[in-house]
Amino acid sequence: MIEVNNIHKSFGDAHILKGISTTFENGKTNLIIGQSGSGKTVFLKCLLGLFSPEKGSIVYDGKKYSDLTENEKRDLRQEMGMVFQGSALFDSMTVAGNVKFPLEMFTKQSASEMDDRVNTVLKRVNLVDAHHKYPAEISGGMQKRVAIARAIVMNPKYLFCDEPNSGLDPKTAILIDDLIKEITEEYNITTIINTHDMNSVMQIGEKILFLKDGLKEWEGTKNEIFKTENEAVTNFVYSSDLFKKVRQMYIEERN
Amino acid sequence: MNYLASIGSYSMMVVEVFKKPTKWRIMKSLILKEVDELVYGSLGIIIFISFFIGAVVAIQTALNLTNPIIPRSLIGFATRQSVILEFAPTFVSIIMAGKVGSYITSSIGTMRVTEQIDALEVMGVNSLNYLVFPKIIAMLFYPFAIAISMYVGIFGGWLAGVFGGFLTSTDFVTGLQTDFIPFHIAYAFIKTLIFAFIIATIPSFHGYYMKGGALEVGKASTTSFVWTSVVIIILNYLLTQLLLG
Repeated sequence: MIEVNNIHKSFGDAHILKGISTTFENGKTNLIIGQSGSGKTVFLKCLLGLFSPEKGSIVYDGKKYSDLTENEKRDLRQEMGMVFQGSALFDSMTVAGNVKFPLEMFTKQSASEMDDRVNTVLKRVNLVDAHHKYPAEISGGMQKRVAIARAIVMNPKYLFCDEPNSGLDPKTAILIDDLIKEITEEYNITTIINTHDMNSVMQIGEKILFLKDGLKEWEGTKNEIFKTENEAVTNFVYSSDLFKKVRQMYIEERN
Repeated sequence: MNYLASIGSYSMMVVEVFKKPTKWRIMKSLILKEVDELVYGSLGIIIFISFFIGAVVAIQTALNLTNPIIPRSLIGFATRQSVILEFAPTFVSIIMAGKVGSYITSSIGTMRVTEQIDALEVMGVNSLNYLVFPKIIAMLFYPFAIAISMYVGIFGGWLAGVFGGFLTSTDFVTGLQTDFIPFHIAYAFIKTLIFAFIIATIPSFHGYYMKGGALEVGKASTTSFVWTSVVIIILNYLLTQLLLG
């Protein structure tokens, strides 16, 4: 579980996060949504420890990040997996090399143990024939799956995903969403996804956090988002005609 | 003020490079890869340029020796002094600032743009140690390339001088041995080692701290070449004054 208490973050004169508090629970897919410039990426990078908030605290299963020593922070980061928007695979390594990288860096496993683990996670993300290919030789969807495999290879407690569906076709995007949800439940990890994709919100959003101008505007479940009267949320989530109709049908069905 | 801030950031980066080392098993392969990319991969251009510059130095000296009192062996002497003192350590380093420096800036800059550096940091890897330290160690082999440059440059001068009919082989060798000061070799290699550190770190700094996209990677490569060259030329002056003045 991750508890966020009143965090603030600025860059020069720009006050990006203006006091966000929330809780992300284990075994759940938590989605952060909001318009571009609302502070989602900065918030995610604060959760990852890449940015230090000026005020407030982030507590990971009882461990307050700001109280940890540098070594403890690095140990904590090894419990985090991250899927970047552009996958961020290492160009100079093969698919297997990318997935094996965290094992080589942080474990004392033998080569055969590492290979077994790599095979297991690549199988889990349905990539069995791509071991020796380089990132440039595989599709965007496959790159995302490699990034997920790399993120889970160390059995993380926390999984962060920044726009995991960006640049993917709708069918592949759904596959990636389902894969993230399955992995979250299977490994009982705390998953936090930064997304613009409303399909993801409807598909896997067990908890949704809506940010606006660096503040938490709304939070709730995917069922609650249908009923909310919050104008900022409805304007953002139901900006397309399709979603307006979906919402209308949902409300009529409930009534 | 921006320059001071950059010097401060650069110094802090250098300190950070030596903290929290990467596992030796991984570092060893990274160093070997960088030796191959940065030093071994540059030998071709170093040999090519050294040969022709050595030859041109010999020809220019010969063509300007119009006074019959001055011995022809001076061509060998001038070639040796030019190549060992300045051409091999300084001129080749400026060429390397372009070739190796732009490679370092663009490769690290691309990793920054594509979030690969963030990926390393999130995993708990000291990205500066992982990326920059192997380059610094690999560049410790750079003096070997400069030694080859010295040899090939002088050989080029000998070929151009002897086969161009400017002097005999014996005269050239006599010139090479005239007033030879062994400390000049030490001076050249001290400079080379310092330039090697500069070539490894300044381009890394420009790549690591760049912001933006593909266009900015190109701009960072150009800026890094300019600054690496400027620093090499200033240090060359200071080191010459300090060691030979």
